[in-house]
Amino acid sequence: MYTRFFLILSLFTTFSIYAGNNQHANTNNINITAVIMFLIFISITLAITYWAAKKTRSASDFYTAGGSISGFQNGLAIAGDYMSAASFLGISGLVFASGFDGLIYSIGFLVGWPVILFLLAERLRNLGKYTFTDAVSFRLKNLPIRSSAACGTLAVVILYLIAQMVGAGKLIQILFGLPYSMAVSIVGLLMICYVTFGGMLATTWVQTIKAILLLFGATILALAVLNEFDFSFNLLFKEAISSHHLGESIMSPGGLISDPVSAISLGLALMFGTAGLPHILMRFFTVKNAKQARSSVFYATSFIGYFYILTFVIGFGAIVLLTNNSSFLDDVGNILGGNNMAAVHLSKAVGGDIFLGFISAVAFATILAVVSGLTLAGASAISHDLYASLFCSGKAQEKKEVMVSKISTVILGLAAILLGILFEKQNVAYMVGLAFAIAASVNFPILFFSMYWSKLTTKGAFFGGAAGLITAILCVLFGPIVWVDILGNANAIFPYKYPALFSMSIAFIAIIIVSYLDKSEQAKKEIKAFDNQFVRAQTGIGADGPVEH
Amino acid sequence: MQEVYNQVKKQPDFQKLVKLRKKVSLTLTSIVILSYFSFILIIAFYPDIFSQKISPDNATTLGIVVGLLIILLSIFLTGIYIYIANKKFDVINNKIIKKLEQ
Repeated sequence: MYTRFFLILSLFTTFSIYAGNNQHANTNNINITAVIMFLIFISITLAITYWAAKKTRSASDFYTAGGSISGFQNGLAIAGDYMSAASFLGISGLVFASGFDGLIYSIGFLVGWPVILFLLAERLRNLGKYTFTDAVSFRLKNLPIRSSAACGTLAVVILYLIAQMVGAGKLIQILFGLPYSMAVSIVGLLMICYVTFGGMLATTWVQTIKAILLLFGATILALAVLNEFDFSFNLLFKEAISSHHLGESIMSPGGLISDPVSAISLGLALMFGTAGLPHILMRFFTVKNAKQARSSVFYATSFIGYFYILTFVIGFGAIVLLTNNSSFLDDVGNILGGNNMAAVHLSKAVGGDIFLGFISAVAFATILAVVSGLTLAGASAISHDLYASLFCSGKAQEKKEVMVSKISTVILGLAAILLGILFEKQNVAYMVGLAFAIAASVNFPILFFSMYWSKLTTKGAFFGGAAGLITAILCVLFGPIVWVDILGNANAIFPYKYPALFSMSIAFIAIIIVSYLDKSEQAKKEIKAFDNQFVRAQTGIGADGPVEH
Repeated sequence: MQEVYNQVKKQPDFQKLVKLRKKVSLTLTSIVILSYFSFILIIAFYPDIFSQKISPDNATTLGIVVGLLIILLSIFLTGIYIYIANKKFDVINNKIIKKLEQ
């Protein structure tokens, strides 16, 4: 069924590219192609969810699809999880607005991946079962570690979820002409459907299909742009320089990074934040073994890297093709709907209404896939880390545990809808940054030290993680974005936009000092248990295997 | 399980695996971190370096070339790691597990 869908789509898009850019339909109308393509996407994913629901019985099925996903598909799903609408529309929009600076972001988002592969992927798969917290609590005490890691997970998931929901609502409002609250509700309800009924299996398929559609759509868009410039980057750049109001400076570093502290801080958050995102780390347990886990990172890195190169071309293409076309501009010459709409308008400029419909549907699908992955990670933290491991001290009945995770999914989904509506008029851009900062200063340090430092103790991990969390939140709260821009104070108490340099350092230092000071019997046991953990992490002996059906 | 782990720890092959993996991951991680942070710090301190054109009649700047190279380098290095892991790590690891079964 999927192949046929793909064929129809490619026919549509090839046709529309040949049709040229002579259509000037009104963008305020509901785009029929977009709606039809989106309905096709929903029907296919719901059919998959129905199929997945029949296969999803045990807790292992629900959390990790029984460990049955192949490395290649998991790579696609990771890419699908990571390439959010924010990175597709946001980065191409950033390139459109300021050229080179957009590239700085995309590189930062990519370089975390090799680090995950070299330092974490295999060990994580060998030590854990369903969530990254499993790996951390291998030798540390369940209660404090599970509760703090679950807090870290939920904080990241909720912040990320709000940012995605608000972005989704606004995007769908523009693309499909739906009211904001209705758009947010549709996204929330569909996501609840996928996750509660189909668990990880359905979520993985939604992410896989979305990744293929997004890579396909972005490739066509970039090729169409390059085609306009005889496949010469030089020509594309030259035209862009003469079209853009900033001129030559779009080719060089601009104002994004002005001082070295911000530069390093942003770099750290992007690089190590990726390695601490719970919904990403969870994906490593959906494959059979460490070998598949590491190959999935290779595929994911390749897809994501390729995708960022495309967004760069798309952004530059938009500079030339949109700024010179009055039908995409408002009265003062700004792009309709804001910079983030650059890729969407560009699809219309190069492929007409049909391609615009396709890209709009892809953007919608993208949002759905990302929020589903996030919600699943959040629900797992509640049901596996808090309910089963803490509340029932690891003796929870499997049926009940799955039930709790489904209830948590529904609650998280409804909360996401509600928060999405509440935050409609707020600036949510800082939330993704804060989510990355928390991931880099809470989840990553705990995970990293638990695998690499034998002297880490429960107290060290707990207090270090807490110190990182509190510092990250305070720095953002008293920083320029929230304290000045949102709360309207004159001067920021904490002068930098990005807290990671400080919150990560504090977390690392606190972990080391508290662990050294911890002389309890428990600590001695934990240090001794490192040897066994080390052998298992290195060789995979004793690791959780896939579940046979 | 404790006995198994003790036995594995004593195997020379296990020591070899640990050493090799450490060497490979440390080297590759340092390359990524160094290249990325030099990129970021050049932008912060000496942005003019990246504003240079790669040739007088080409609009492409050095910054764009270096940026794209870092993306390709990331993909390339993950590929290298997978290659070494498949060729070396897994072979030693299988030896360890085989010896255990005997």
